[in-house]
Amino acid sequence: MDKFGPYTKELIEHFQNPHNFGKIKDPDGVGQVGNIFCGDVMYLYIKVGKNNKGEEIIKDIKFETFGCAAAIGTSSVVTDLAKGKTLKEALEISNDKIVKELGGLPPIKVHCSVLAVDALAEAIFDYFSKNKKPIPELLQKKHERIKKEKQMIEERYKEWRK
Amino acid sequence: MKNAKKIYLDYAATTPVDPRALGAMTDCCKDKFGNTMSIHSFGQEAKLILEESREKAAKLMGAKPGEIIFTSSATESNNLALKGIAFANKNRGRHIIISSIEHPCVMESAKWLEKQGFEITKLPVDRYGLVNPKDVEKAIKKDTILVSIIHASNEIGVIEPIEEIGRICRAKGVYFHTDAAQSFGKIPIDVNRMSIDLLTASSHKMYGPKGAACLFVREGTKIEPILHGGGQENGLRSSTVNVPAIFGFAKVCEICGKEMEKEAKRLTKLRDKLIKGVLAIEDSYLNGHPTKRLPNNANFRFSFVEGESLAIQLDLHGIAVSTGSACSSIKLEPSHVLLAIGLKPQEAHGSLRISLGRWTTEKDINYLLKVLPTIIKQLRKISPFKHG
Repeated sequence: MDKFGPYTKELIEHFQNPHNFGKIKDPDGVGQVGNIFCGDVMYLYIKVGKNNKGEEIIKDIKFETFGCAAAIGTSSVVTDLAKGKTLKEALEISNDKIVKELGGLPPIKVHCSVLAVDALAEAIFDYFSKNKKPIPELLQKKHERIKKEKQMIEERYKEWRK
Repeated sequence: MKNAKKIYLDYAATTPVDPRALGAMTDCCKDKFGNTMSIHSFGQEAKLILEESREKAAKLMGAKPGEIIFTSSATESNNLALKGIAFANKNRGRHIIISSIEHPCVMESAKWLEKQGFEITKLPVDRYGLVNPKDVEKAIKKDTILVSIIHASNEIGVIEPIEEIGRICRAKGVYFHTDAAQSFGKIPIDVNRMSIDLLTASSHKMYGPKGAACLFVREGTKIEPILHGGGQENGLRSSTVNVPAIFGFAKVCEICGKEMEKEAKRLTKLRDKLIKGVLAIEDSYLNGHPTKRLPNNANFRFSFVEGESLAIQLDLHGIAVSTGSACSSIKLEPSHVLLAIGLKPQEAHGSLRISLGRWTTEKDINYLLKVLPTIIKQLRKISPFKHG
């Protein structure tokens, strides 16, 4: 079977046997994205090390996700893609890359892949700001967009509860 | 995928067609294919089948055959009930009362009527999903023309006190409609004893084919059609009549009439076994009322896990169920029913509806109870939300 319900077999494989799930003790950076009101929450933990060229790399990465099969699958893929990469390379991982790795996502679930790259960006942002390192302009912008979206969802949630 | 046998536990979504009805339908498609409006023998034979079917559907709810309007779906019946009553009675008043746990087709029809200048009151429910009849009484105003309260919730299975609500509406001279799509054929309904003026029933929820449903419209009720044309179904539902599907619907009405009591007992026993077994899982809760619920409905929520991933995991184990989680809906919003009973969005996301039916066995329930705890444990391991 190539498809399972709305999902590809690649996604189902990641969903059933997710890679790198769990928590990192004393992480160097944490990214928390998504919103419990919407039903998807991702926590991404990173440990930063250095490669033999002296560049900063993602030495270890783990995730915890509350969400649908797509949310869990994209979390698993983003950790695979980011592990061992330099921080610069990690920030270049696009959500399209995740969708491609999964052999596609239903259109309504594409936002899960965005959530996964956002979680990674937030974890790196957290590492930079904790260590008072200069934050690349693009990352700063991304962080602000994520923050704004979180606020928007909070507002929308208030509407629902009226 | 690994299991050869698949277990269907989503009977509230739809049901397979009872082979006894299927046979009747096939014969009808082949031999009684005429158009009920035709004057020749083919048409008249089809017309005969239609009227015979009307009698059977009427019988199961204690109505007169002339009070049954066949439609294509419960959605159509509910649209006809709300819009038809609203437009026929707008000179008398423009106020309509519904509950906050109606099916989307009632919710959306009401929303649309609001745009047309009608006033809608949405009554709250308690934590079990029950409407308080006193709230209905209080909400009825001079210009109230219709009260529409679902008989049994499609999501949480709670059975509303419609007999009491019906009595109140009758006393106040307000039309009372109930959407009985989930309950018809499963628990007894008597439109006279329950003072119902309009009732929606659906074929495919009771082992009949899709594409057939009906609206009971009490004799003398002022109602406008929403489909105009050839004047079929007493002028209330123009369209060439889908005789084979209606014949199948009538056949299952007959079967349910005979088997309902025994089947309800059997399913209640299985349902209660299921509820007991599932609630043994840590941090699991039952949504809806423990006893005032359909014999075939169980709805749970599990802390720290999300319903869509749960439903997909169960599907991978060969078990088909539903969830009220936002992630499985096209709107990406949690179920309005679960929010109406006071659940927080995160609780609504973790909900699972398991609905049993004619072919559910104890073995099926045992298998579900065997795999569910492991699946929940695994998903909780991945979840960032845990105790403490």
